[in-house]
Amino acid sequence: MTVPPVPSAPRTGRPGELAIDVRNLCKKFGDHTVLDGIDLAVPRGTVFALLGPNGAGKTTTVNILSTLLAPDSGTVRIAGHDLAAEPARVRAAIGVTGQFAAIDDLLTGSENLVLMGRLHHLDRAETRRRSETLLAQFGLTEVGGKLPTTYSGGMRRRLDLAMGLMGRPDVVFLDEPTTGLDPRSRREMWDVVRELVAGGVTVLLTTQYLEEADQLADRIALLDGGRIVAQGTEAELKRLIPGGRITLRFADAQALGRAELLLDHTAARPEELSLDVVGPADVPQVRSLLNLLDSERIPVDDIVLHTPDLDDVFLALTGRPQNDRKQEASR
Amino acid sequence: MSTAITDSVTMFTRQTRRLSRYPELTVIVLAVPLVFLLLFVFVFGGTLGAGLSAGATGDRSDYTNYVMPGILLMTISLVAAGTSTGVTQDMTTGIMARFRTLSISPGSVLTGHALASVLQSLISLAVVIVVGLIIGFRPEAGLLGWLGTLALLLGLSLAIAWLAVAGGLIARSVETASNFSAPLTVLPFLGSGFVPTDSMPGPLAGFAENQPFTPIMDTLRALMLGTDLGAGTAAVAAGWCVVLTAIGYAWSRRVYARPRRA
Repeated sequence: MTVPPVPSAPRTGRPGELAIDVRNLCKKFGDHTVLDGIDLAVPRGTVFALLGPNGAGKTTTVNILSTLLAPDSGTVRIAGHDLAAEPARVRAAIGVTGQFAAIDDLLTGSENLVLMGRLHHLDRAETRRRSETLLAQFGLTEVGGKLPTTYSGGMRRRLDLAMGLMGRPDVVFLDEPTTGLDPRSRREMWDVVRELVAGGVTVLLTTQYLEEADQLADRIALLDGGRIVAQGTEAELKRLIPGGRITLRFADAQALGRAELLLDHTAARPEELSLDVVGPADVPQVRSLLNLLDSERIPVDDIVLHTPDLDDVFLALTGRPQNDRKQEASR
Repeated sequence: MSTAITDSVTMFTRQTRRLSRYPELTVIVLAVPLVFLLLFVFVFGGTLGAGLSAGATGDRSDYTNYVMPGILLMTISLVAAGTSTGVTQDMTTGIMARFRTLSISPGSVLTGHALASVLQSLISLAVVIVVGLIIGFRPEAGLLGWLGTLALLLGLSLAIAWLAVAGGLIARSVETASNFSAPLTVLPFLGSGFVPTDSMPGPLAGFAENQPFTPIMDTLRALMLGTDLGAGTAAVAAGWCVVLTAIGYAWSRRVYARPRRA
């Protein structure tokens, strides 16, 4: 996939303007509150990740922003257009890739793209040119003439995404774009998203994977139970919780005891013969710890570094681990 | 308006391509009416022909001529089952949701399905009529009679197609998508499709005479056999086609526009 990115149409609107501007979005299904006052501000040309467990409201948010579902209250502006007043203009500005590849299995990959081109009212030449470019960009040229039933999961997702891009959208919604993909396909999908952003597109993606948000997003919102519990860059979010720790393990209780006396900010776990040193888990800290222990001739068996990750942030903010709530499985 | 036509043509083209990629569907759809045609002509036809009308004695060839309209309506109903399944498939695979996020004419997805269904009906009807001719169906229609037959079959196909689209939209799974068309398949039996309605007991005859398929079948029979056609019956038949098309269309658009959960 070393093909140059698809050239983008000139983006309209003022620089710095928000591509997605959501205020106080609420949605209930019966008595069940799914979204409880969501605010989102996504600047043009950036990637925004909505991170949360199943049932947090991610898909509902995407469905509302992509005009599939009407909100109960709140205002939404996409690419400068009000969702309630100008849904057709919003539709013309967006591309959507859902959780399940929404492709026609009785049409070839290439025909699927041509169908989308027609529905975007591109002329024949433009449709052909653009579908060929997208097939090449997504590594699908060789299978473009085959039915998608012969594709791998990763290829189906890429075709699905390519279909969402036929109309040169300003804003792209990706709902769990890599759920169910193997690690290699996931990495390929990430490359595709990065290329997209390099072309000036704004991306809002939902994911259950911390690493995915980490890898792709400029800003991340943690969604839990229909509320945004935190929002910011990865670094900002990690600053919300205490720093990391270094776990040292010793061969015997005597070494453990001496180390505990020697070092500051420790918490010993005698039954595991290990000692947690709270603080930064980086190279200088490791070096100084080991030097100190060396100078006192205390041997260390094993050393493990814990840097805070988004999981820790989620745990700290909601009081439970991120993937601990399977009961609210997606509809 | 022009995008409504362009988008509908795009969707119609998509559907016809799907049908050509999946010819098994058309074969399955055709198998049932053909089996019924052979069954009723060769197994029951001799006996049923004798009882067609009081007084005059008929035979197998008379019954073949009599049963043809019922078989044709059954063909349309079975095509409808396939149409519903296709619509439900679009819903469950998520491609319908994709279409709904596009800036296209809202009804075009449905129009594409309905028109492709009509095309499939016409092809299937032609096959059934040809098989009928081979086994002894002897129509006596002139050009006008055939044009009338075509117009009525077209009208009914369109009506049933729109009902099928609505049925596909409200179905919850592909397995149940064709449920709605099952009663349609039975309607020719509970009408003048296989035996004259005056041979049925009171309440059943009452239903049979007044259900929409009976005037349509009577009109088709008269048109194809060149017999006397009551002007009133033909008008009722055409009226039913218009009314059913309107109901199916309005219902489909309504269900399509209804917001859904996810």
